[in-house]
Amino acid sequence: MKRFLSFVKKEFLHIIRDYRTLLILFGMPVAQILIFGFAITNEIRDVKIAILDLAKDDVTLELSNKILSSGYFVSYENLKSTNDIEPAFQKGIIKEVIVFEPGFGRNLEKEKRANLQLIADASDPNLANMMIGYTTSIVENYQAGLSEDKVLPARIIPEIKMLYNPNLKSVYMFVPGLMSVILLLVSALMTSISITREKEIGTMEVLLVSPLNPFQIIVGKVIPYLLLSLINTAVVLLLSKFVFKVPINGSLVLLACISILFLITALSLGILISTLSNNQQTAMMISLAALMLPTIILSGYIFPIDNMPLLLRILSNIIPSKWFIIIAKGIMLKGVNFSYIWFETCILILMTLIFLLISIKKFKIRLE
Amino acid sequence: MKKIFIFLRKEFIQIFRNKAMMPIIFGIPILQLLILSNAATYEIRNIRFNFIDFDNSSFSRELISKFTSSDYFILNEVSYSIRESEESFKRNEARLIIYIPKDFEKNYRKDGKSEIQFIINAEDGSAAGVVNNYAGNILRQFNSDILVKSTVIPENTALINVYFSNWFNPELNYKTYMVPGILVLLVTIIGSFLSGMNVVREKEIGTIEQLNVTPVSKYHFIIGKLLPFWIIGMFELAFGLVLSIIVFKIPMLGSPLLIFMLASVYLVVILGMGLFISTLANTQQQAMFIAWFIMILFILLGGVFTPTESMPDWAQFIAFFNPVAQFIKAMRMIMLKGSGLKDILPVFYFFAIYGMIMMSLAVWRYRKSE
Repeated sequence: MKRFLSFVKKEFLHIIRDYRTLLILFGMPVAQILIFGFAITNEIRDVKIAILDLAKDDVTLELSNKILSSGYFVSYENLKSTNDIEPAFQKGIIKEVIVFEPGFGRNLEKEKRANLQLIADASDPNLANMMIGYTTSIVENYQAGLSEDKVLPARIIPEIKMLYNPNLKSVYMFVPGLMSVILLLVSALMTSISITREKEIGTMEVLLVSPLNPFQIIVGKVIPYLLLSLINTAVVLLLSKFVFKVPINGSLVLLACISILFLITALSLGILISTLSNNQQTAMMISLAALMLPTIILSGYIFPIDNMPLLLRILSNIIPSKWFIIIAKGIMLKGVNFSYIWFETCILILMTLIFLLISIKKFKIRLE
Repeated sequence: MKKIFIFLRKEFIQIFRNKAMMPIIFGIPILQLLILSNAATYEIRNIRFNFIDFDNSSFSRELISKFTSSDYFILNEVSYSIRESEESFKRNEARLIIYIPKDFEKNYRKDGKSEIQFIINAEDGSAAGVVNNYAGNILRQFNSDILVKSTVIPENTALINVYFSNWFNPELNYKTYMVPGILVLLVTIIGSFLSGMNVVREKEIGTIEQLNVTPVSKYHFIIGKLLPFWIIGMFELAFGLVLSIIVFKIPMLGSPLLIFMLASVYLVVILGMGLFISTLANTQQQAMFIAWFIMILFILLGGVFTPTESMPDWAQFIAFFNPVAQFIKAMRMIMLKGSGLKDILPVFYFFAIYGMIMMSLAVWRYRKSE
């Protein structure tokens, strides 16, 4: 036991001595959660549009002012003819063109009908949908204002209640996801590099001939990183709670336990990667190039999983982050207790065991 | 000149000698392009919903049937209390609860208006917005259907007809938008990581000293280190473009030549950045962490997944200096909108200056003698 403890101490010294890495280790998750909590959003704001006003009368002026004062859109330029529309889009700055037909106000007054055309740059379909939805509802509001004095026709009015996230804040969705991405990547990366590093520099040999058995070596390597990651988790949770006001409706203890479990999963994945690769370069490429995008895209962090093609939905099951995100969102936003998340928890435990089992099988006590 | 060629050959041999790197450099990016492009969609279909019908009238059943017959909604379960129904939210089985109160039909017949409740699982804010939108559309349709049956619209109501058209991607296909973006990401990740680790590796193993005592000059050294990755990057981009056109049927309205021209400068920026990081760090671990931090920053602020337009001003300012964001935007402009040289030129100059700065920094930081 004493031997083991001094090995852990040696590992700690290794980490602490390299202050640059230490700085990055602690600084990065904080910087990232701050930047992304504030910057990533799916809402629209100040989208640049162009207006092609072929009527130029009071009504079109009033309506364009209404659209531009909504906060969703800002006018970038006024176009002169329909021929200008395509070149304007090709410059890549404006995202929507609003076209008022000639004699718009006159038509509205005399014939009670006027045509308004919206052209959206749909190369981003999500943005296009939102822009058209927002513009249409502004126009509808304006129109309702015109006929305010008239009796409203009979109708069914929906009352909308947004559960768990009443203001539809993107942060609620992103914080649990960001937490898992940072923790998974940092932990897996750190362990895989630290072990392959010993292999590459040649000090692994020294460790292997020491009286410690391979199991102790691996555990000793992981413990310091486990502690570091725990501090990281705590910092991320505190930030999300106090800076972004993401509620923790469920039990904090449960969340902490699950986070530790997830950390162990991530660390064992790191060990697995390190047993599979011979040098740091390979280990890093696997943990970064192969883990980064799938973890961001397939974990449900940004894109809802239930809309993906069947094959990808099946594939998403092997991404550890997916399960952690489900659990974290459940506890934080919905306040569920363990009976709702036991299945996801079991999967994380199972994954950890599999990773460790393969690592033990693959771990070579001898050098080639 | 000959020195450079020999140096280049050494670099290529070194890259390809590592058997594990080959599938990582070529296999993983292509596989990811093919797989992830299918996953990156905000479109929501098959929204599972519960309904609670306390009215149980023909009118309420008619409304529910509008939902069940729509392509977007699938009935999850019929429940008899809100609390019971919310259990489905907690188990992630439903996204929407439609609550129809008692006297729903009676109120409508009496007052001409009636209320129902949509309870939406909003943990995913943007998805909740979409669900709300779809549900609202169905209700609006239902409203106007019953209106046509019962009353006539007053003749003198002024109406603005809103027509809309979606240009450049009329079918609102997400792949058209995502594939060029993901392709750029992959090329960037591979390029920056490879170049970021290269020089540090020589430092860490100790072979840098051998290189330092050779007659290779600083500039030759940097060029020799960069060129192999530049070639790999261009090759990957070309291969990815062919795949996106053949497999994903992404339109190529502009000139492919323009893309390659731009990419050739872009890669200098990315590789130069990688090299610079490489000269800053002492160990591969440090280099990797810095590269990783910058990449995540570039990727998530790059406008691939979330529009840069809606970010706060300071984030947009950072996004402006983000070469990934600029290149993704330019790729989409060329491929989807057919933008020409004239529209792309500012980005081109931007990359040229950026690349020059990065290279100068790398050359400046790299010292042959410590």
